[in-house]
Amino acid sequence: MMTTSFIHQKILILHKLKMINQFVKVLACILLAISATSCVHLKEYQKSRLNDSEMALTNRKVEKNELNFQSYREGASGANAGKTGGGCGCN
Amino acid sequence: MKKVYLSVIGFSIICRLSAYSQPKSDSIGRKAPFSLYTPVMQDSSRDGYSPRRLRIDEIDLVSSYYIQNGDHSPITGGIGTEHVIDFSNGLDVNLVWFGQGNNKNTLAAGLGYDHHSSASASYVALNGGAKPGGTRIYPSLDWTLENAKTGGTFGIGAYYSGEYNYKSKGLDLHWSEKTADKSGEFGVKLQGYFDKVTLIYPSEFVPAPIITVIPPGSTIITTASGNREVINTGGQVISNTKNSLPTSPRTTLSASFSYSQQINTRLQVMFLGDLVTQSGYLGLPFHRVYFNTGKDTIEKLPSSRFKLPLGVRLNYFLGDNVILRAYYRYYMDNWGIRSNTASLEVPYKVTPFFSISPFYRYYDQTAARYFAPYEQHSPTDPYYTSNYEYSKFQAGFYGVGFRIAPPKGVFGWQNFHELEIRYGHYTETTDLISDVISVSMGFK
Repeated sequence: MMTTSFIHQKILILHKLKMINQFVKVLACILLAISATSCVHLKEYQKSRLNDSEMALTNRKVEKNELNFQSYREGASGANAGKTGGGCGCN
Repeated sequence: MKKVYLSVIGFSIICRLSAYSQPKSDSIGRKAPFSLYTPVMQDSSRDGYSPRRLRIDEIDLVSSYYIQNGDHSPITGGIGTEHVIDFSNGLDVNLVWFGQGNNKNTLAAGLGYDHHSSASASYVALNGGAKPGGTRIYPSLDWTLENAKTGGTFGIGAYYSGEYNYKSKGLDLHWSEKTADKSGEFGVKLQGYFDKVTLIYPSEFVPAPIITVIPPGSTIITTASGNREVINTGGQVISNTKNSLPTSPRTTLSASFSYSQQINTRLQVMFLGDLVTQSGYLGLPFHRVYFNTGKDTIEKLPSSRFKLPLGVRLNYFLGDNVILRAYYRYYMDNWGIRSNTASLEVPYKVTPFFSISPFYRYYDQTAARYFAPYEQHSPTDPYYTSNYEYSKFQAGFYGVGFRIAPPKGVFGWQNFHELEIRYGHYTETTDLISDVISVSMGFK
């Protein structure tokens, strides 16, 4: 029993290392994409559309409880400025 | 050309006559009868530094009503009703003051209150006598300092959540920096939750207390909190034995990264990623599992979990009235779950102050390697759960939202600056369905 549990823990650690490796590769690709992106330098008066409240790169306040309900029912969470885990018995 | 010169001279004369200097101190006599804004008294005696007092910047109220139905309750081993009603409420107050160098301090105080009733919770006791509902209270506090020159921020936050079977304390540090041209922003948030799971087991696994006398015809009920009551034939509680419930820790540590970039006058994107590690008691003690032998037990999950969600948001202002809000997330963890989330919301601005936003969200996931349905687990499995949260399924969530933010305030009330109402319908291929309606009110 102990041997099986020990082997299982080792397998979990290997999976974790593989995932970290994949994360580093994805992060490198994202940084490359950002540096290659031909972003235009904008003056403040050109940002009227970007500054619209519905253009904000955040969740709406009214979505706050919806994100919690989704984290209760689904196995995935995070990367949405909502719950990543902990804080309640749901995940 | 003569007309142009005369127009310019005329315009400059009009500007000269209309211009006036700002008075040194605000006139308190002009204060509105009710206002969330405290007028600021400028201190002109100190050169180059004018401290401004604490004021309420914004108050937000969000309430949601959630109703759910399904047939795979984890409390009864993956079968049975999942009927839940949840009424969630949150109040957030933002207080602002300006310190040295005109740096902005924001103190955000939040209070959440949820009340839920869950039909399956009654079956923590095998005879259905356990308490079917509960409440959760979760206050939070966050302080953020914004540098007036660079736009960078630094902050710390604290969080608490309490419900009858779970207590949580959380802390976080967050920091962000803008690019030199202020078109991009990089943010980091380090968060830790230090939780305690109260070990409330299903009634058949709770050791029977010593009861010296049980009158004939009496009923013994074990409640969800572990108490054992003896009820006589007249319905009176004649004995009440309180168990001292043990707890088990659960720790969640996460590092969240984000980078946002304005691409052009209509498009901006944000990349998000989290590294999350959890350890401790990661299941729930009142979730049953039925083996293929027919014997029941309590779910058993590994004591560690590592999660890696990666997401991207993209907002595009199409034309003059339409905005496209798109989101995609890929998730993986070392329990074997892989999932995709994609959503699109299309706010249509009927007027600059009223918009209608239909939305659709798609979600799919593979099963965790420890999941199996009712009576499909083998007693030799090292870990086992029949919680359909870890099963393979697809889900769709669609609905519509309305937002009103007129310049003179909602219903003519100047301080009531924003009202949002949103409805959504959620369905899973596991036959779970739910509806949620939310209201958000913002006051300034």
